[in-house]
Amino acid sequence: MAKRSVLGLYTEEDSAADALDNLREAGFEEGEYEILTGVPYPEGTFGEAEPEHNLYRWPLIGAICGFTIALLITAGTELAYPLITGGKPILSIPAMAIIMYEGSMLGAIIFTIIGIIFESRLPRIFMGAYSEKITEGHIGVTVTTDETRTDAAETALNKAGADGDIIRGWE
Amino acid sequence: MQEHTQLSHKQINEDLLKDVLTVPKWWLPAVAFLGLVVLTGLCAFFFMVYHGLGVTGLNRPVMWGFFIANFVFWIGISHAGIMISAILRLTQAEWRRPITRAAEVMTVFSLIAALHTPLMHVGRPWRVLYWIFPYDFSRGIWPNIRSPFVWDPSAVGTYLIASTLFVFICLIPDIAILRDRAKKPIVKKIYSQMALGFRGTPRQWKLQIVAGILLSALVLPVFVSVHSIVSWDFAVLIGVEGWHSTIFAPYFIIGAIHSGVSAVAMLMALSVWLYGLDKYIKPDHFDAIARLLIVVATTWFFFFFLEWVYALYTLDSPDIALRELQALQWPYGPLFAIFVITSFVIPVPLWLFKRVRRSAALMFWTTILVNIGMWLERFLIVIPGLLRRTHMTFDWGTYHPSIIEILIVVETFAFVCLGMLLFAKVLPLIPLFDIKEGMVNRRLIKVGRRVVPATIREGLPHHYYEKKH
Repeated sequence: MAKRSVLGLYTEEDSAADALDNLREAGFEEGEYEILTGVPYPEGTFGEAEPEHNLYRWPLIGAICGFTIALLITAGTELAYPLITGGKPILSIPAMAIIMYEGSMLGAIIFTIIGIIFESRLPRIFMGAYSEKITEGHIGVTVTTDETRTDAAETALNKAGADGDIIRGWE
Repeated sequence: MQEHTQLSHKQINEDLLKDVLTVPKWWLPAVAFLGLVVLTGLCAFFFMVYHGLGVTGLNRPVMWGFFIANFVFWIGISHAGIMISAILRLTQAEWRRPITRAAEVMTVFSLIAALHTPLMHVGRPWRVLYWIFPYDFSRGIWPNIRSPFVWDPSAVGTYLIASTLFVFICLIPDIAILRDRAKKPIVKKIYSQMALGFRGTPRQWKLQIVAGILLSALVLPVFVSVHSIVSWDFAVLIGVEGWHSTIFAPYFIIGAIHSGVSAVAMLMALSVWLYGLDKYIKPDHFDAIARLLIVVATTWFFFFFLEWVYALYTLDSPDIALRELQALQWPYGPLFAIFVITSFVIPVPLWLFKRVRRSAALMFWTTILVNIGMWLERFLIVIPGLLRRTHMTFDWGTYHPSIIEILIVVETFAFVCLGMLLFAKVLPLIPLFDIKEGMVNRRLIKVGRRVVPATIREGLPHHYYEKKH
């Protein structure tokens, strides 16, 4: 069944927290509703669940990939065109270490960026129910649910004193 | 205690986006002037490419001149941008909020300016392919990874990519604000694409905060490595004994921080004057950065002193000859005096006075002095180092920069200013969401008979506070 989203806007943090309580009482589950704000509030301000993420794994994977690629490039170039200097080994570890270090860091940073975008569930093609007032200080509570339950969601949002009309959107 | 003014989100949007969504009167003439300077520099560069490096003042034994001194200078400036942002983010210093973005953007443009001077210096920039990229050309010659000329691009390239991505990630919430505020459909569409559909869910905000801290922690080691590697360009060079110094890496890094933090202070003053941001960048912010500068400048001076002590105390003749050339002989002696006076003797004692620290104008002029001094420092490392007469020198020339080199160096300064102006026209120089977060986290609470702003540490899970209480 097609999913619809509805959005209620609030000017006070307490009203938005009440809206979440009403939604829970009306039988909506975590994952069906979300808070939208124009500013990062301290976690749990609205009584929402703490978001889980695995971002810390991404830089480690990236660093391993970057290190491996840098190792292959440095060792590969030295072996492909051997420069024998004063009878020293062809593979020059101090020089390789510099490039491998940079490779590891570059890999870690690129993977972290990819991780941030992925874990933030971006890019999001359809905005669903959204209002430009959110970036002006309003707090949005959006519910994404089956078309049959949108009326119940609207009632719960209005009960908490939504500012203006409830906005509807497609997912 | 920091001054506190509570502003609404709408007010913050209007204040900080007015110069993005409209065109200030001075903007077009400024961009046209800087564009002209950049164009002149590029013409000088193409003239040099056509006629060869003979049009510069470079000749034996000074084969590194203005270009390399300028490269080290811009690498230095680029350092403090991300460094100051990263350290302040990691320590969650409240005064970071209005200055991190401008510092990070300055890093990106300074790095581009830094990168293009050595490319121009080689005379035939397209030949960079031969010594950087691991690509097997028909000649079968691969790059020599033992050479600092491969280390430099790998370090600077990593830093540039990291800084650019860092800036972009931190910009996403502000691009979302622009998406919501833009009036023209085409502009709205562009911002919508760039915002990636950011809506401001708790997950997205949490990732933003974690990203700021995690990326800062990852960028800081890169920042340290870049200037260390730049210093090794000098330290591992066999031909110049005066540069064989183990202290070069930390000395270069602290010098970079000194000039870079000064540049951030300059940028803060310019933001106040050009964009009227005095509501956001207050005397408290200048005071905080000046205190940081006192520590940085004193540490830098300690390293500078150590470098001289190590050089003179060994009684090695090449070292003593180099120091004599740098400090006592014409024309380097007077330049050396200007360098020490402008980078330390004048500014640091002045910063001890609260009135100076809290004045945008005085901070601007003192930090300009620091950067004049720090440019001269790099010049005095490069030129006298190469100029010193050695046993096997058969060509005892001197170095006079040609007009071509001067134009190209001026071009790099105009390029960074132009880049900052263009950036500020399309994206905000002050992070709006960071300022708003500061407002949310610093709501007023009553303590006894006083009402003071409460500051909540961002990024901590809610159970942290519950456990504590």
